[in-house]
Amino acid sequence: MITIFGIPGPLLFGQLLLGLINGAFYAMLSLGLAVIFGMLNIINFAHGALFMMGAFVSWMLLNYLDIGYFPALILAPLIVGIFGIILEKTIISRLYKLDHLYGLLLTFGLALVIEGLFRNAYGSSGMPYRIPSVLQGAANLGFMYMPIYRGWVVLAALVVCLATWAIIEKTSLGAKLRAATENAPMVQAFGVDVPRLITLTYGGGVALAAFAGVLAAPIYSVNPNMGSNFINTVFAVVVIGGMGSIMGSIVTGFALGVLEGLTKVFYPQASATVVFLVMVIVLLLRPRGLFGRAA
Amino acid sequence: MLEIQGLNAWYGESHILHGVDFEVREGEVVTLLGRNGAGKTTTMKSIIGLVPRRRGHVKFRGAETIGLMPNQIARAGIAICPEERGIFGSLSVTENLMLPPIVAPGGLDIAEIYTLFPNLKERAKTAHGTRLSGGEQQMLAIARILRTGAKMLLLDEPTEGLAPVIVQQIGRTIREIKNRGFTVLLVEQNFRFASTVADRHYVMEHGKIVDMIPNRLLESSMDKLHEYLGV
Repeated sequence: MITIFGIPGPLLFGQLLLGLINGAFYAMLSLGLAVIFGMLNIINFAHGALFMMGAFVSWMLLNYLDIGYFPALILAPLIVGIFGIILEKTIISRLYKLDHLYGLLLTFGLALVIEGLFRNAYGSSGMPYRIPSVLQGAANLGFMYMPIYRGWVVLAALVVCLATWAIIEKTSLGAKLRAATENAPMVQAFGVDVPRLITLTYGGGVALAAFAGVLAAPIYSVNPNMGSNFINTVFAVVVIGGMGSIMGSIVTGFALGVLEGLTKVFYPQASATVVFLVMVIVLLLRPRGLFGRAA
Repeated sequence: MLEIQGLNAWYGESHILHGVDFEVREGEVVTLLGRNGAGKTTTMKSIIGLVPRRRGHVKFRGAETIGLMPNQIARAGIAICPEERGIFGSLSVTENLMLPPIVAPGGLDIAEIYTLFPNLKERAKTAHGTRLSGGEQQMLAIARILRTGAKMLLLDEPTEGLAPVIVQQIGRTIREIKNRGFTVLLVEQNFRFASTVADRHYVMEHGKIVDMIPNRLLESSMDKLHEYLGV
């Protein structure tokens, strides 16, 4: 058996893969948070709850309507995205003129309400979601066996993250978004309907979280707490990467997932805290985050 | 084309415009002259809707715009080149140029814009709009609103802080767009520059229009003007 630094190869690669998968979720979630923060100036604490909703909606689609995994990958983000748009239109949009703190409190409250409703209806023990048959099994990569579904999650997350980046950095819609992040009144004075752009941005960020939720459903059990388990780390990722940086969120998300995975191999005791340790160091040395622009 | 009656505007608690009245006719270039703080920029921002609290009448082609959002006013065919130029650093030069949506037919196309502003063509690949020189940024700020098809242009101090050769180029540009049938409302500190492009001049003081001077009478009104502007 191959050993690397005295660690058996399969163990190392297995943890690396787990790290990459966690990183994929960190990346998708922190990307949505970064986009929303850039445009709305709101730290969306409801992000974890909306991720959880994505998983639940795909579970409901399967169990109530017999709609399978692949359609759910499209439908669940759409449904949760529309829910997000309604939230933005009816509640969140009232807070833009107030201090950051109000947006934070409101979205935190929303997260508690949403999680509470699902806990009431479905309990907190969690429900299984089967891996679709084409993605079952494992592939022998020579140095390790890789469960196909896990490879698929990393791939799908990468594609979605890069597509989001391309939309923001390379399209005219993205140019409007970036300009509005910089100076929204000016963009509006050119004839762009900025309030609608803000609503769409929130819907898009929320849909990203829901997409991550669907991907997560077969890996973690579908339960009301699955979002809050993730979200603390995701906020650390956003702080490390730098608020409002798109590529920063993607790179930092994957990198920290891998770092966490490696820590599990070499010093398991620190695996739960290593991300926060990095956050402390980054905040001390570079308060605006690794990829953040100077304020 | 643009009729302004009894326009009042506030920033928070401070009352900046106290009943501004003037009009700009189709095809004219009209300037707002006045000292710093007289309310010229606030007038511009009030026309496009960027001042949160305003009252009175701003009629564009006969239609009241005072209750509209800035994006609706822009869509009606008014475009602004703001005093601070409003070039976006996170957008490339080309993205800055293409940012304002087309609101009406009849705007300049990219080829015409590059003929008017050859520098912009050379710098089109620049990744950050704010990397341009001040003069280039000003040209970009004017060029991008010529694209939109808006026929009423609000130019807020386009010559401020620029080298004489660039001021001349902006003067030529304003005369060129006037020939093409655009209507321009121009804020200027420099009335010598204003006299080379404008048909009429309004003088502002303390948030009101206090005088109107046709350009042909500008020379004979110098004494009066010096008193208004304190130069």
